[in-house]
Amino acid sequence: MGLLEVDRLSVGIGRLTLLEEIAFEVDRGEILGLVGESGSGKSLTALAIAGLLPLIGARVTAGAIRFDNTDLTRLDESRLRKFRGRRIAFITQNPMTALDPLQPIGEQVDVVARLHLGLTADVARSRTIEILTQLRIPEAATIYRQYPHQLSGGMKQRVVIAMALAGEPDLIVADEPTTALDVTVQAQIIHLLTSLVRERGLALVLITHDMGVVAQCCDRVAVLYAGRLAEQQGVNALFATPAHPYTHALIDCIPKDGMARDSLTGIAGSVPSVAHFPPGCRFHPRCIGRQSVCETNVPGATALPGGVVSCHFPLNGDQRHG
Amino acid sequence: MADATNLLVIDRLTKRFDSGAGLFAPRRSMTAVRDVSLAVSRGSVVGVVGESGCGKSTLARLVLRLLEPTQGTVHFDGIDLGKLAPRDLRKARRRMQMVFQDPYSSLDPRFTIEQVVGEPFTVQGEVLAPGRIAELLDQVGLAGEIARSYPHQLSGGQRQRVGVARALALRPDLLVLDEPTASLDVSIQAQIIKLLQDLKRDLGLTYLFISHDLGLVRYFCDRIIVMYLGAVVEELPSPSTEPRHPYTRALLDSTFSPDPGKRRHLASLTGEIPSAFNLPKGCAFAARCSRASSRCLSERPSLTMHASGHRAACFHPIADDEKEPS
Ligand SMILES: Nc1ncnc2c1ncn2[C@@H]1O[C@H](COP(=O)(O)OP(=O)(O)OP(=O)(O)O)[C@@H](O)[C@H]1O
Ligand SMILES: Nc1ncnc2c1ncn2[C@@H]1O[C@H](COP(=O)(O)OP(=O)(O)OP(=O)(O)O)[C@@H](O)[C@H]1O
Ligand code: SF4
Ligand SMILES: [Mg+2]
Ligand SMILES: [Mg+2]
Repeated sequence: MGLLEVDRLSVGIGRLTLLEEIAFEVDRGEILGLVGESGSGKSLTALAIAGLLPLIGARVTAGAIRFDNTDLTRLDESRLRKFRGRRIAFITQNPMTALDPLQPIGEQVDVVARLHLGLTADVARSRTIEILTQLRIPEAATIYRQYPHQLSGGMKQRVVIAMALAGEPDLIVADEPTTALDVTVQAQIIHLLTSLVRERGLALVLITHDMGVVAQCCDRVAVLYAGRLAEQQGVNALFATPAHPYTHALIDCIPKDGMARDSLTGIAGSVPSVAHFPPGCRFHPRCIGRQSVCETNVPGATALPGGVVSCHFPLNGDQRHG
Repeated sequence: MADATNLLVIDRLTKRFDSGAGLFAPRRSMTAVRDVSLAVSRGSVVGVVGESGCGKSTLARLVLRLLEPTQGTVHFDGIDLGKLAPRDLRKARRRMQMVFQDPYSSLDPRFTIEQVVGEPFTVQGEVLAPGRIAELLDQVGLAGEIARSYPHQLSGGQRQRVGVARALALRPDLLVLDEPTASLDVSIQAQIIKLLQDLKRDLGLTYLFISHDLGLVRYFCDRIIVMYLGAVVEELPSPSTEPRHPYTRALLDSTFSPDPGKRRHLASLTGEIPSAFNLPKGCAFAARCSRASSRCLSERPSLTMHASGHRAACFHPIADDEKEPS
């Protein structure tokens, strides 16, 4: 049983259903990749786990989010606060908005530890410097006193990670933590997050639209498409034998070394928006394997050896290269 | 004199920006593009790759003469663009067009797609042949009905196709593509790249393709120029050429392979990118480079030909027999 279990989670705003029956789990020492293209529902899933849906006027309409056996969807705001920031840390898609431009960055990290762990100012300060040092920020004691605008993007992102770590969480939900960064800096940050998970036994939900990032560091992967779970598998199986036609097509969209020119074609059409979700399988207008049943019937979840797929005609290993 | 092989020749191009001295701020100057030379042969795709702020967009704007260089020349089809009178420059420009990164902000929201695509004709004071808009839209894979829509009614991929259609309107020879897929999902990026490949083949176009994505550039381009802080650090004569410059190597190592069977140790680079206003005396990459010697800190390496037959600006280039770090 995982530390975090997202169980057939649905999320809505007004009468719109934005997420439908999302399910995955992640355990300590494990990285779950949550992937999908823009608008697939990754950030909404993250907000739901962090209990922040009310911020955008959305709510959980069905399902459960069990964290260490407590269903977070049933907690009121005051009980939820004991989890958020303390045991569950959230790194938002835009780290630059997570930092107060007018406060030295060190103090911003202190606040988390003082609030959640009840540390005194002095203790919090030395702990902050320790965390910054562990995150390989050079001259942490000097950086401690600097303001966000004095730091590079990669540095700021490390400060945001430091804030997440300051409450000593068991779970980190990181929403595209490296999307705005240069690739060499992205590599550093991903490496850092990966070693935190392995060394401290944290659980990490890593949200990204980059299948390369997923392949390089995740243990398990949940692929979202248009607000639904397309597929969930272990990382090796997912890349070797993707079961959902969407996953297959998505992997084929990435340029790989030695690939012949003209072999990238993309996926025809585009991701539908909430107002234009097609009936049946939401991927059917773009799917090369669709049959008439796909246009009318929503595919149920089919178990795979180490995961689950939602497709009327899942691929097996042979078709993958056919 | 027209050059039979090269459509575009850039010679020692430099662009310096001076920030005006304010009440409290001293006057500062930074070199966004430093001494860049490159040639683009007819019908080829040359890639320019590098991280944020390395001068890629500035280079693109210099090529199209949307910016005046501080030094250096741009020859297009044998013509020195710097010597042209405004009228002749406008005529030359119709043969070279730009596609911008952001399909959201590069299309005027008040105009219909028909007006957007027809705009280059208006600018050139030309009559639009009947059916030309439909033909252009068709060329980029858009249905004719789209002509009467507004940009906000289109998806990101459709908008970028509109950007390409507009660039093609005056039948140019050269397209300068500044990160044309950077804001798109991979499924749409792959569609656009495919479209660009087809157009190049059908229309005999030449591309200068700018990107921060080395994986994409290696897939799409014939030759690759790698930039770091305004300067060219390496030229790869083919997409499969092994890099000699440690920065190119680091870029390659930071490109995540979508294959979990090929995981490697990430994060070879430490250190910070120096400020462009305050470049170190020696090699701009020295502070982050594992091979840096004292010479690298005091002397700036120039682009020199290496045994492998390509140019790199490094005192200690990676040798043939060195295994890539695993
Ligand atoms: N406040 C809201 N009101 C209505 N629809 C919303 C709201 N927030 C999100 N949505 C819709 O829900 C869907 C999922 O959004 P979400 O932000 O989770 O996508 P995402 O996968 O994180 O995309 P991206 O990669 O662009 O960050 C989108 O179609 C979006 O338009
Ligand atoms: N008009 C300008 N005035 C002053 N500085 C400028 C101007 N245009 C660009 N710069 C500076 O020149 C440098 C190079 O910018 P440029 O936009 O060419 O980089 P880039 O490689 O395209 O980056 P990105 O990948 O972020 O698009 C940057 O440091 C930028 O701040
Ligand atoms: S259910 Fe049908 S349309 Fe949907 S992915 Fe599977 S085969 Fe394609
Ligand atoms: Mg998001
Ligand atoms: Mg740019």
